[in-house]
Amino acid sequence: MPEPSQPPGGEWIAPGRKRPAGDAVFHVRGVTKVYRMGDMEVHALRGIDLDLFPGEFVVLLGPSGSGKSTLLNILGGLDVPTSGEVIYLDHDLTSASERELTRYRREHVGFVFQFYNLIPSLTALENTTLVTEIAENPLSADECLRLVGLEQRLHHFPAQLSGGEQQRVAIARAVAKRPEVLLCDEPTGALDYPTGKLVLEVLERVNRQLKTITVVITHNVAIAAMADRVIRISSGAIIDIHKNETKVAPSELTW
Amino acid sequence: MTALNKKLARDLWHMRGQLITVALVVACGIATYVTMRGAYESVLYAQQDYYSRYRFADVFDHLTRAPDSLAASIASIPGVSSVQTRVVVEVTLDVPGLDEPALGRIISIPERAAPMLNSLCIRSGGYLDPGRRDGVIVSESFAKANKLNVGDTIGAVINGRWERLQIAGVAISPEYVYEIRGTEVFPDNRRFGVMWMSREALGPPFNMEGAFNDLTLSLAPGASEADVITRLDTLLDPYGGLGAYGRYDQLSNRFLSDEIVQDRITGIFIPTIFLGVAAFLIHVVLSRLVNTQRAPIGLLKAFGYSNLSIGLHYLKYALTAVLMGTIVGAPFGIWLGRGLAKLYEDFFRFPELRFISSPGMIGSAILISAVAACLGALGALRSVVALPPAEAMRPEAPARFRPGFAERLGLQRFLSISARMILRNLERRPGKALISTLALALAGAILVVGFYFYDGIDYMIRVEFQTASREDVAVTFNEPHGSSAQYAVAQLPGVMRTEAFRVVPVRLRFEHRFRRVAIMGLEPDRQLRRLIDLRLNAVDLPPEGVVLSSSLAKILGAAPGDRITAEVLEGRRPVRQVVVAGVVDDLIGASAYMDIHALNRLMEEGPTTSGAFLSVDPLVAERLYLFLKRTPAVSGVSVREAMLTSFRDTIARSLGISVGSLVGFACVIAFGMVYNGARITLSERSHELASLRVLGFTKAEVGWMLLGEQGLLAGVSIPLGFLFGYGICALLVRAMESELYRMPLVISGRTYAFSAIIVILASAFSGVLIFQRLRHLDLISVLKARE
Repeated sequence: MPEPSQPPGGEWIAPGRKRPAGDAVFHVRGVTKVYRMGDMEVHALRGIDLDLFPGEFVVLLGPSGSGKSTLLNILGGLDVPTSGEVIYLDHDLTSASERELTRYRREHVGFVFQFYNLIPSLTALENTTLVTEIAENPLSADECLRLVGLEQRLHHFPAQLSGGEQQRVAIARAVAKRPEVLLCDEPTGALDYPTGKLVLEVLERVNRQLKTITVVITHNVAIAAMADRVIRISSGAIIDIHKNETKVAPSELTW
Repeated sequence: MTALNKKLARDLWHMRGQLITVALVVACGIATYVTMRGAYESVLYAQQDYYSRYRFADVFDHLTRAPDSLAASIASIPGVSSVQTRVVVEVTLDVPGLDEPALGRIISIPERAAPMLNSLCIRSGGYLDPGRRDGVIVSESFAKANKLNVGDTIGAVINGRWERLQIAGVAISPEYVYEIRGTEVFPDNRRFGVMWMSREALGPPFNMEGAFNDLTLSLAPGASEADVITRLDTLLDPYGGLGAYGRYDQLSNRFLSDEIVQDRITGIFIPTIFLGVAAFLIHVVLSRLVNTQRAPIGLLKAFGYSNLSIGLHYLKYALTAVLMGTIVGAPFGIWLGRGLAKLYEDFFRFPELRFISSPGMIGSAILISAVAACLGALGALRSVVALPPAEAMRPEAPARFRPGFAERLGLQRFLSISARMILRNLERRPGKALISTLALALAGAILVVGFYFYDGIDYMIRVEFQTASREDVAVTFNEPHGSSAQYAVAQLPGVMRTEAFRVVPVRLRFEHRFRRVAIMGLEPDRQLRRLIDLRLNAVDLPPEGVVLSSSLAKILGAAPGDRITAEVLEGRRPVRQVVVAGVVDDLIGASAYMDIHALNRLMEEGPTTSGAFLSVDPLVAERLYLFLKRTPAVSGVSVREAMLTSFRDTIARSLGISVGSLVGFACVIAFGMVYNGARITLSERSHELASLRVLGFTKAEVGWMLLGEQGLLAGVSIPLGFLFGYGICALLVRAMESELYRMPLVISGRTYAFSAIIVILASAFSGVLIFQRLRHLDLISVLKARE
């Protein structure tokens, strides 16, 4: 499986910008995000500093409203910070246009959603193939579905799959383009216990085999044990970054 | 305002785009109803009012000459209420400002104004000045076309003498609401005009002192028209009667009545299309709304709102569209109707043609649209009522899909993933896809029909004016002449070629059927006037026998080989047998043709001509016209080029408005269908489309997946629209086919192309609007929310 090497399409680095320090892939400094809701200002993020490194599995822990989703959206190029800087390799996400963000998502980011968001009119295989069609160097869709253990369900439509199966299709779809980073927003949030564990196993396998940076948002503390690093967020600020000396296999997690 | 009505107002504001498109379609329905129904009622009323107030006659006849004393015998025919004998002649006119000679039909009237049948409605000037012999009242259309005013003079050849006539008044008559000579289908008001002179002035020069050659009569209530006609024909036969006819066969009345019938048909047909489309749109929009509002509906039911009040709440959405459609459509329809009434005034002359838009009619327009809207809302309302509150609070079950039809045939290799999405989405709701396609096809069909009129008329011009009639000028003699007349004409300045013709009025009879027509005798090797069938083939005239136009053959029920009877209505009025030698499928009128020599033989006369077709050197045409204007032996001159120009002008004016409206209406349908289709797809699948955007699909790619569906429907609808358009044109041609003329069913590639382009443009325009909305897809909420 390939290392995340020099990504293609690096032409839009802003002049005078430094590359991220050391070997960090993401370089986040002083990021704030303020939403205006009517007359009220909501400070979703209040000065986040963070680096993400190749191949690491990171869990973002925090209660609802803590700002973890906002951070994930900014990392994934769905949103831009109000201030601060976000550098992905040589891409400056802070000042990128909508078109540039779309291209960034298309080339580098895989998303897994809480509610799977598969295309209902496409089979498992087609949902995965859909993404490979717009990627430059994709994995084969078959391969991805084998990776998530769904080689028997290739031609099923979403309505014919269980929740866990749908989420595994979503993971296969997310990794099919060989993203440098896989962003998962409460991937087990809608699943029961055994199914949730199964999905986490798949995420762990993907991270291990493809060396994709994996960021999982959760409010489930138990999941933290499988991460390389655990970042706790509260009220829009990072309150703790903890490195696990030994990772626990997902099958051994309990909650 | 109740809370429910506040919700209504906000929802309506939120879905204003859809609301507007639906309201526009409703507005088109109401506008077309008001316009067409209004036109129908207005013209019908104007006709009835005009006929009764100005005493339009019931029976008409023309004869050679009968003494005035015969009038008493006519009046004593049972059922006859009053009789008006008169002198009617056709003369060549020299109109100031017109190079070509014009043709005037002069009708005698009492010297002093007196009650009479077909009474005149004086528009300007006054009645004739008693004692003056050169006074004339001219018809309004002729005066307007030639910019003639009271006091102006025109030259006329009155029985061989050139005379100057002074216009005493301008008038219209119920006999000439549609002022047409009878040899053409469309009026040429510059070159043909009706005028009225005193009996005392008109009688002597035409040898009609104490005599008449034309009469009209009115019937007593309950009298049998057929009986009167039979008796009248018997009575007038010795006097050269051409055969009496009733209002039905009276040319002006026939055209007017045909027009009224057509208005009635289109006034039902076109609004039905719009209201059908509106009902469908209301159905899809409201069904979608109910689907997205399952939770609020459940909540309302849980709070104890009754099915009735919730149903009424949703029905108000549909009724709002009707209300908005009425506010726009009714005034627009009235405006359009007034325009149409103005247009009618170009063709039909009434004392007053007021566009009628009664509150009752507008009320019924609203009622009909409301019923259509309710029908459209029915399905959605049923699902509101059927929804148990507990279930309503849960989200709708996920959509089930299956491989599409093309894939079941094993064609999936050829289909991209996004193409498969499009096909499966369409197949999931085949009914909706079908109706959307049909509605779009209907829009295309309306366009085909609109543009077809240009094609049909172009074709008629090509057949009649360019392929069949190639003469520059047709000259009619005041009475049949020997062959020397043709040589005399050939000597006129600028005449390059002459071809004689003979016209004989006859009553053709086969079995019990008969028809009064003129047999046209033509030279065997002719170049200027040919017989042309629908496929533009020249038809040869056999040396013996008569060739009938297909409409005449149909009327008589005669086929080639049949022997028919020709009762000649001039001269010694012989009755002859003649064989039908052929039938020609032509466009205009019920006509009969013979070789001129065969016709002369049939008449037992020597070489005799009624007139000649000329080809003329254009450089000296003016001199020729000047000469013809003053030639006593010539009673009529028609100039092909001038006829063609006037024909085209008239047509262009009237078609411009109706085709323009049709194009506008079709655009509204196409736009409304595509906009709502795509808008609803966008709402149903916003979640899916936003996920795709999150995955890195560009707006264009997502736009294609969204609009591809509508694009495909539009694509399928176009050829279907061609087919419908052709079908509707065929129906229309049949419906409008009359003895007077028929439209050829010829649709040009240009018409199809225009129709397709306009449907594509209207669809593309709504596609662009929808595409703009993709910008507002909320990508972030997708990560959190379940649909």
